[in-house]
Amino acid sequence: MTIEVASLNESLGVTVQSVSPGRMVLRRFRTHKAAMVSIVVLAVVTLWVLLSPITARYGINEAVIDINEGANQNLAPFAKAWFGTDQIGRDLYSRIIYGMRVSLLIGFASAFLSLAIGALVGSVAGLKGGRFDDVVMRVTDIFLAFPFLVALMVVRSTLANVPWLKPLTGEINTVRFLIFLFALFGWMGVARVIRAQVLSLKEREFVEAARAAGASNGYIIRRHLLPNSAGPMLVALSLGVVGAIVSEATLALFGYGPNPGSGATSLGLLVSEARTAVRAGYWWLALFPFAGLLIITMCISFIGDGLRDAFDPKHMVDS
Amino acid sequence: MLRYIARRFVWMIPTLLLVTFLVYCAIRIGTDPVASYKRVNIRATREQLERYRSHNGLYEGAFGYVRGYFQWLGGFLSFDWPRSIKGQREVWPNLKDALANSLRLGIVASAVGILVGILMGVFAALRPGRLRDTSVNSAALIGLAVPPFVTALLLQLFFAVQWQTWFGKSLFPTSGVYPPGHSGFDLVLMAKHMVLPVVVVAIQSMAVYARYMRSSLLDVLNSDYMRTARSKGISDRRVLVRHGLRNALIPVTTLAFLDVGSIVGGLIITEGIFEYPGMGKFFLTAYSNGDFPELMPWMVLIIFSVVLFNLFADIAYAVLDPRIALD
Repeated sequence: MTIEVASLNESLGVTVQSVSPGRMVLRRFRTHKAAMVSIVVLAVVTLWVLLSPITARYGINEAVIDINEGANQNLAPFAKAWFGTDQIGRDLYSRIIYGMRVSLLIGFASAFLSLAIGALVGSVAGLKGGRFDDVVMRVTDIFLAFPFLVALMVVRSTLANVPWLKPLTGEINTVRFLIFLFALFGWMGVARVIRAQVLSLKEREFVEAARAAGASNGYIIRRHLLPNSAGPMLVALSLGVVGAIVSEATLALFGYGPNPGSGATSLGLLVSEARTAVRAGYWWLALFPFAGLLIITMCISFIGDGLRDAFDPKHMVDS
Repeated sequence: MLRYIARRFVWMIPTLLLVTFLVYCAIRIGTDPVASYKRVNIRATREQLERYRSHNGLYEGAFGYVRGYFQWLGGFLSFDWPRSIKGQREVWPNLKDALANSLRLGIVASAVGILVGILMGVFAALRPGRLRDTSVNSAALIGLAVPPFVTALLLQLFFAVQWQTWFGKSLFPTSGVYPPGHSGFDLVLMAKHMVLPVVVVAIQSMAVYARYMRSSLLDVLNSDYMRTARSKGISDRRVLVRHGLRNALIPVTTLAFLDVGSIVGGLIITEGIFEYPGMGKFFLTAYSNGDFPELMPWMVLIIFSVVLFNLFADIAYAVLDPRIALD
């Protein structure tokens, strides 16, 4: 087909460059300035965090000044500690780098996990409909109607007391447990989006054609429905990452955060220390962890916004 | 219409029973009420423990959960609530105060947030793609991306702590409804204590409603009936208000109903940071104590309000938009 069109165009002396949908999306995405800036910033930050042996100035639990040589707690930013020190004299700048590492891990791992579960459940529910669809949608309705933090905390303690889940999720204060917990909540939002997408896609001609040619449900989901849902899936992924990172910080703020061991910390734990630091007037212990958190959440939010506009130009700001 | 509403109301009952049963199981598994009781009351005698167990219906086994649930439900409905595990307090007086505090904070904050958000959304949608649109849009996106605890702590840091070091006294108090030791009613003091929490909550809902209103109004403005209305020679202002805004507000109203329903659940993060004695703080305390007798009535209240306002939202949607077919 394409060859015929090309030769036809050639014979008429017209040069037409065909643009694939993916390329169109990419082109639209590039015009979203905030998203492009965010990608660069996020890449730099991620690289900075991954290269922590080089970029961090001190070890995770290392004191900036030896305690015998003078007071080292809660020092305002100075040359030896760019972001100041915390209540036991550790360098905040290095700790933020270590904390971001854990937070990014939690964010991306739980977002990918919930995307996988959500895409599977959503596409099966949308394609098969019927009883399965009803049950899944009712369950997600109930969960989404609950105040998020309440549901998170109740399910958190419930999961921790189910003995046969222990081998999978680990102890309640591990990073792994949090990843599973957030994935358990995250898949529902993804499933709704994918289901809606599948419901509209499955009436389209190409799906009908595939079905007429004898394709199985699994094949249709793999070859047609999921690739055509790439846009909503990527947007859901960005929301999931931000959601998980913020949830971790919120849980940590109330004392239910992870306990990643003495060799690690997380942005949530740093932020939760900010709560007491604010009252004492140690502004650096609040501002810098917040900045670290906000850089990540904002960049990913803007990238998600750019993706949404690129895949769905209807809501584009300048159209 | 009435039949539809009546049927939905009747369906509320099994929904409530099912959801409360699930929550009952989740809380019993999660908080382990008996262990929590022992933790909070270290010196509890065996008889006290037995009394707590039988009064709350904390029987073991799958059947014990069902039996315990119905015993709890009977006690709840006849207002014979078990007392809190901490100091044997009655639950209702505290819960009532928490509810009043949360409603006051939530209603003020939502009213401010929804109104300002809608205005911002309309303001942006009227000139799509222009400076005002992009600035409202970016502001809303930033407002959504900043978690409420960051706003709350920054406001505390700036208006209370740093303000004190700069000007000698803090501008707004950072915690509670009244200063410690205060008794009686004082509107000015109360308002001062509410300013920072209200701002935190309002920023969030402002961002949500600005974006929602903007996209809803843009959808309406691009629709065919708007062009028809304009082509009939109706003035622009009248087209916008009569045809545009009225239709664009329909989905926003639904969202507002859902949000109002969730006020009862309190604003956990904000209340937690500002030590505001509302429903959210009540939950945080009860949850950390594993206080089963306090958690269950709290849960029932919020489940009831969420289900009820979900129903209101559906009804409002059906009433406002005649295209929605009932049943």
